[in-house]
Amino acid sequence: MLKQLTNVQVWVDDQDEALAFYTEKLGLELRDDVTVPEMGNFRWLTVGVPDQPDVAIALMAVPGPPVFDDETREQIKSLLAKGAAGGLFFATDDVQRSYEELKSRGVEFQQEPTEQPYGIDAGFRDPSGNQMRMAQLSE
Amino acid sequence: MTYAHPARHLLRAKDLVDARYRDRLDVPTLARAARLSPAHFSREFHRVFGGPPHKYLLMRRLERAAELLRNTDRSVADICLTVGLRSLGSFTTSFHRRFGMTPTAYRAVHPPALERARVPTCVLLAWARPSSSTFGEDGHTSPG
Repeated sequence: MLKQLTNVQVWVDDQDEALAFYTEKLGLELRDDVTVPEMGNFRWLTVGVPDQPDVAIALMAVPGPPVFDDETREQIKSLLAKGAAGGLFFATDDVQRSYEELKSRGVEFQQEPTEQPYGIDAGFRDPSGNQMRMAQLSE
Repeated sequence: MTYAHPARHLLRAKDLVDARYRDRLDVPTLARAARLSPAHFSREFHRVFGGPPHKYLLMRRLERAAELLRNTDRSVADICLTVGLRSLGSFTTSFHRRFGMTPTAYRAVHPPALERARVPTCVLLAWARPSSSTFGEDGHTSPG
């Protein structure tokens, strides 16, 4: 049986920009930053929620040849920019406070905190266009 | 700023519609968010997202109005203003065109559904849109 989810992955345009956003703006912690010269300088870059050590988010650059041909790479980049490449859902104890905190750091929100039957949620974007959400779930 | 795909700026304008549909948004304001001239912006928005920006804005307002009709007991006139529309008459006309019935009739046949499922707002915003393939107001897809 599978026993645990360890990593999730998001495509990013620029790993340095993504690292700054996820750590400095969202307050996540850096987990791994390893560049492998013999694999075409592949950079394994992961961050995570400080209180959740067993799940990491891999910030993956969109590779070109030989992994993806140029057309495929451009398609992925285009989906990313259009906001159609997926995203991440976070939980918070106080969504209004988190909203104000993140907004003051320049995070782009596309939905301010909104009451839902399950709690209050809000939506924002990472620099690449990935959808980020956070929810304060009702008890 | 580092590299940004051209569509990223258009997404910023689309997000602005989703965030501020209640306000007096217009195409020039949206074009500024995308850092493009209004004419170029409308063409590019249409090309990338499948419909012109002013129709996306109207679609978002109608979708939000439908949600308020389903889940609140606020009056139709109040809902019309809340979603950023000024004229009750054109709201009713647009609503009827998209949903096939008046706001009052829509409310009567759609009791609140959200209590049954934990659907995140982003899913609602995308899936409860009044039109599936385009967000045209009248079925035409020509650039506006």
